[in-house]
Amino acid sequence: MKSQEKPNQNWLGEAEDDIYKENILDHFKNPRNFEKMTACTIKHSENNPLCGDQIEIFLKLQDNKVIDAKFQGHGCAISMASASMLTEKIKGMSLEEIKKLSNEDIFKMLGVKLGVVRMKCGLLSLKTAIKAIESRKK
Amino acid sequence: MSKKFSIKHIIEDFPILEVKIYDKQLIYLDSAATAQRPSTVINAVNNFYKNSNANIHRATHNLASRATEEFEKARAKVANFINAEPEEIIFTSGTTESLNLLAKSLSKDLKKDDEIVLTEMEHHSNLVPWQQIAKENGPLLKFISTNPNGTLNLADAKKKVTKKTRIISVVHTSNVLGTVNDVPSLAKLAKSVNALLVIDGAQSIAHQPIDVKELNCDFFAFSGHKMLGPSGIGVLYGKKKLLEKLEPAKFGGGMISEVTFKDSKWGELPWKFEAGTPNLEGAIGLGAAVDYLNKCGMHDVESYLDELTSYALTQLSKIKGLEIYGPKTKRGPIISFNLKGIHPHDASAILDKEGIAIRGGHMCAMPLVTEVLNQKAVCRVSFQIYNTKEDVDKLVEGLKKVGEVFKK
Repeated sequence: MKSQEKPNQNWLGEAEDDIYKENILDHFKNPRNFEKMTACTIKHSENNPLCGDQIEIFLKLQDNKVIDAKFQGHGCAISMASASMLTEKIKGMSLEEIKKLSNEDIFKMLGVKLGVVRMKCGLLSLKTAIKAIESRKK
Repeated sequence: MSKKFSIKHIIEDFPILEVKIYDKQLIYLDSAATAQRPSTVINAVNNFYKNSNANIHRATHNLASRATEEFEKARAKVANFINAEPEEIIFTSGTTESLNLLAKSLSKDLKKDDEIVLTEMEHHSNLVPWQQIAKENGPLLKFISTNPNGTLNLADAKKKVTKKTRIISVVHTSNVLGTVNDVPSLAKLAKSVNALLVIDGAQSIAHQPIDVKELNCDFFAFSGHKMLGPSGIGVLYGKKKLLEKLEPAKFGGGMISEVTFKDSKWGELPWKFEAGTPNLEGAIGLGAAVDYLNKCGMHDVESYLDELTSYALTQLSKIKGLEIYGPKTKRGPIISFNLKGIHPHDASAILDKEGIAIRGGHMCAMPLVTEVLNQKAVCRVSFQIYNTKEDVDKLVEGLKKVGEVFKK
C-alpha cells in the first residue's frame, strides 16, 4: 500500500474566535480600576513566566466581601482586559463566591473562546485574585 | 549564487508549506525555534523504519549491521559538514544536552578560584548549566557585556578573561539579536590564558558554513532540528585530545569496554560519551539534512539568507513605531523587534490569523531581554531557505494590520 499522504491541508484545530473584540480592546486601552490601592486588605502578584504577563491585585474587604478591587501590571491585551473586567466583576462578591469562579466564567466574562496557548493569559487575573484570597487565611 | 540553488524548487521540497492556516498560505517565520523538514529527511527517517531499523553496535544480524553502517555513515557526514573527524562527533539529544553534559564533565576539574566567562546574550541552555556549576563548586561566573548596537564588547572580553579563566562559552549567532560573534578572535583570547572555548552553534549551523578548525574552538554544540533535521538529535564536537582526557557525564550501555559489579572502564571515542540507545532515526535524518544542505551549498545558503535579512531590515525599519534590536549589519537571519505599546503576544496572535507564524516572548534569554534590552518580551522573525521576499512583504502588511487593531 503506497502511503503518499498529503499534509493535513486545513487544520483549524481548537480555533480561537477573533479574540480582539471591541470589549477586549476597550478594556485594554482604557483599563478600569488600574491603580494601586494604598489601604488594601490584601494584595498579591502573579506572572506568566513564558510570556511576561504580570498582574498585581489589590482587594479591600469588609465582612468577607470585596468592596473595592484594583490592579496593576503589564502584559498582553487578553491578560490586561481580563484583569480590568475581573476587578469590576468581583466588587460586591463574597470571598466564597470568588473562589467558586471557574475558567468558563472567565471566558463568558471575556466573551471569547480562548485557545490552549492564550488561556493562561485570560486566566492570570483569576489565579491572582484567588491566590490573594488564599494567602489571607494563612 | 550557484545554478543549483533555486528557491522555487526548494519550496517544493518542504511538504508542510502546503498546509493552510485559517485558509491562508502558511508563512513560517519561526525557523530559529525549529526549522521545517525537506522530503528527503522525512523519507530517510521513514526508510530507516521500513528497511533498516535495529539497534546498533550490539547484535551481529543483518539488520543490525545495516543500521550500524547507516548510523556511522551519518556520523561521518556530520563530521565532514563541520570539518572534524568522526570520533570527534558525539551524538546527543540536542544543543541543550550537549552543553549540559559538557558542563558536567568539565566541572569535575573546576576549583573555587577558577572562572567561567559567558556573554550577556546567551540562550538559557548556555547559561543555566554553567550557572548551576558555579553554584555547586564555586567557580566565579562572569559575563562579557553587550554594546548598544547589540555586538559583543570585545574590549570588555579582554577585561573579563583573566589567567583564572578556565572556560569561555559563547553563542555563535544570538537567537535574539542575530549578532554573529567573532569566534576566531575569542579563540585567540582563550588560548592566551589557556582556557577552553565552547561555542553554542545552535543557530549558526543552519545559516553559514562551519569549519571547526578555522573557528579553532575546543567544543561546538548544535541541534539537528534547527538545520532541517529531526528533533531529539544533536551534536557535541570536541577536539580529539580533549575528548580523550574528558570523563563522561552520562553512563550506561554502549559506552563501556568492561563492567564488573565494582567498577567500569570506558569505551573508545566517540562511543564513550554515547550511553544508551541513541536516537537512531534522528541520526539518519540528520545525515539526510546534511546531504540536503550540501546540495544547496552552505555558501549559497549564507548569501541567500544575508540578502533576505537585509531586505527585511530595510522594510521593517520603514514601519512607524517599530523598534529593531541587534546590529544593522553582519547579522544572522534573525530579527527581534517591538511595536510600541503592543505586546508581542497580541502581535503574534493577529499575524497568526493572517497565516504568519512569528515568535513572541523572551526567547529563552530572559536576562538579555529584560535586563539588557529592557523589554518585557519581544517579537521575533527568523528565516530559512524556504522564505522569500514575498514572505517579508506579507509580514509588513500584517504588522500594519496589528497597528490598526491597537491604534488609540
